[in-house]
Amino acid sequence: MSYQKSYEEINEKIRKGEAVVVTAEEVIDIVEEKGYAQAAREIDVVTTGTFGPMCSSGAFINFGHANPRIKMKKVWLNGVEAYTGMAAVDAYLGAGQLPESDPENKVYPGRFTYGGGHVIQDLVAGKEVRLEAIAYGTDCYPNRALETIITLDDVNEAFMFNPRNAYQNYNCAVNLGDRPLYTYMGILRPKLGNAAYSTSGQLSPLLNDPHYKTIGIGTRIFLGGGIGYVSWNGTQHHPNVLRGENGVPKTPAGTLSVIGDLKQMDPNWLVGLSYVGYGATMAIGIGIPIPILDEEILHYTAVKDEDIFCPIVDFFEGYPYKKDIDLGFANFKELKSGKITINGKQVVTTPQSSYPRARKIAATLKEWITAGKFEISQPVQMLPGADSNIDFKSIPDRHPANGIIFNSRMGGNKYEK
Amino acid sequence: MKNRIVLYFSATQSEQPIIYQLVKEYDLVVNILKANINPQKEGLMVMELTGEKDNYDSGIEYLSSLGIACEPLSETVMWNEALCIQCGACASFCPTEALAMERESMEVSFDNSKCVVCGMCLECCPTRAITLHFDIKEAV
Repeated sequence: MSYQKSYEEINEKIRKGEAVVVTAEEVIDIVEEKGYAQAAREIDVVTTGTFGPMCSSGAFINFGHANPRIKMKKVWLNGVEAYTGMAAVDAYLGAGQLPESDPENKVYPGRFTYGGGHVIQDLVAGKEVRLEAIAYGTDCYPNRALETIITLDDVNEAFMFNPRNAYQNYNCAVNLGDRPLYTYMGILRPKLGNAAYSTSGQLSPLLNDPHYKTIGIGTRIFLGGGIGYVSWNGTQHHPNVLRGENGVPKTPAGTLSVIGDLKQMDPNWLVGLSYVGYGATMAIGIGIPIPILDEEILHYTAVKDEDIFCPIVDFFEGYPYKKDIDLGFANFKELKSGKITINGKQVVTTPQSSYPRARKIAATLKEWITAGKFEISQPVQMLPGADSNIDFKSIPDRHPANGIIFNSRMGGNKYEK
Repeated sequence: MKNRIVLYFSATQSEQPIIYQLVKEYDLVVNILKANINPQKEGLMVMELTGEKDNYDSGIEYLSSLGIACEPLSETVMWNEALCIQCGACASFCPTEALAMERESMEVSFDNSKCVVCGMCLECCPTRAITLHFDIKEAV
C-alpha cells in the first residue's frame, strides 16, 4: 500500500492528456500480466458500466408558465401522469408510471406498451409530446386547463433524478411454481425453467468499489449518455450484508441516487421498456470512473465474474411472500455462460441487463477521460459503508381503527392473508 | 424436404381433417406453428411440413385439389436491430437458437432460417424489438 495517488494528481494527468485509463474488464488482464504493484502505479482510472432496467428513475421538469398562469393539479405527458404536488408548473415524471387508460393486468398478462420511461426517451429523442394539465384555479393562477404540444427544448429545466440506480449485486430469479410468472425480472418459466439475472458483473460500478472507497456523494458519472452525479445513497441502500472475502456483497446491497441534466442525454442510453405482466420501466446507462488511488482500490477493480456471487431466489413464493427458500448462489461467470445448475438441474439463464451496452459505456467513459473531457471528482461525503448497521425495514403490519376513511379507493383492494 | 407454408381455408374447408390426411396418406411430418381455424369461418394455418420430396409434392397437390391455397412463408419474425438493447433475454427463450447470443461478445444475432415462429421471443423482449410479420393475405 506504499504507492498513493491523489484525485488532483490524477486530474492533472487527465488535463494533460496523459492519464492511463482502462475499463474494468481490461484491468483484469493487466493485473495478471504486471502484478498489482506495478499496475497500480501505471493505471490512473478504471471505468465501469451498466445498462439495465432501473425502475426507480424519473425526471423533474419545469414547464414554464402559460398565459394565463396555471397551478397544475394534475399533469399528463402523452397521457402519462406526472406528479405535480409541488409549485405551479413543476412536475416529476416516474419511469414506471402508466397511462390511465392502460388495461394493466386486466387481461393477464398485460402488455404495458408505453409508460413514463418511454415518455422520457421520447423527450430526450426530441420528439413532440402532448402536454395536458388541469387545475382548480386561484387568483394568482386562474387557468384551469391547458392542452398543448411540447418538446424538451420548450421546457426550462429537465433533470433526471433517480432515487435508486446501479444496484450493487442483484438476486437471480427463478420459478419453483407450476405456472409461468411475469415479473420485473422478465418471464420466469415454471419448474426452474430459466434463471433471470441482472447487473453487468465484473463491469458493474459498485461491484468494482465494493466498500464505496471512491464512489460517494458528488462523484461525476456517465448518466444516460450525458454527465451526471451521485446525489445520495440510493433508496434501500443496505451495505451491511453478507460479503465474500473480496469484499463483494453476496446479496443486493448498496445503491445510488443519481442526478443529471436530461437535455444533454441520449435516447440510446435511456430506453423505455415493457415487461409483459409487470409494467413499464426504463433501461438506464450508468458508468462510473474509479480513480486508482492505491493498490487496494486496484484490487477491487480487478474483480472477476467468477468471484461475484448472487443469491438464487424463488419468485413463485419466496420473493412475493417473503418465504425463506435456500437455493444457493450463482456466480456471474456461470450466469453469463448461459446455464447454471440449481438443485442438480441445468437451468438456462436469462439476462436482464445488457453486457455489450455496459462494455460500450465503460469504453465511452474511458474515451472521455483519455481525451481530457471528463475529470474525476472527489466525493464531498462518503456513502454509509458495511459497518454502518443499517436496518432493512419493512412496512409495519398494524391495524388502524375502523370508521375513519382516508382513501375511498382502498375498499376491497386490501390483500388479506 | 422441409418448408414453412401458410394454408388459407374457406369456411367449408375448415371442417375437413386435412392434417390427419397429410400424416396418414402422405407420410409427412407436420409441425403447426400458428393456426386460426374456426368452424364455419375462413381461416389460416402456418406450418412446417417435412417429408420425402415425392410425398411432399403429392401432399401439396392434395391440398390444392381441395381448393386450399398454399403459399410459402417468409420473413415471419422480424428482429429490429435498431431497437434491440442486446440484453439477450430472447436467446434464452428461443428453442432453435435462431436468436442466439455469442458468449464472447454477449451480442445477440438472429438467423431467420432457424426460426420456427414459435413466438416465445415476442413476449420476453422488453423493447419489443422482435415482431411477428406474417405475409398473410385476406383469406380466400
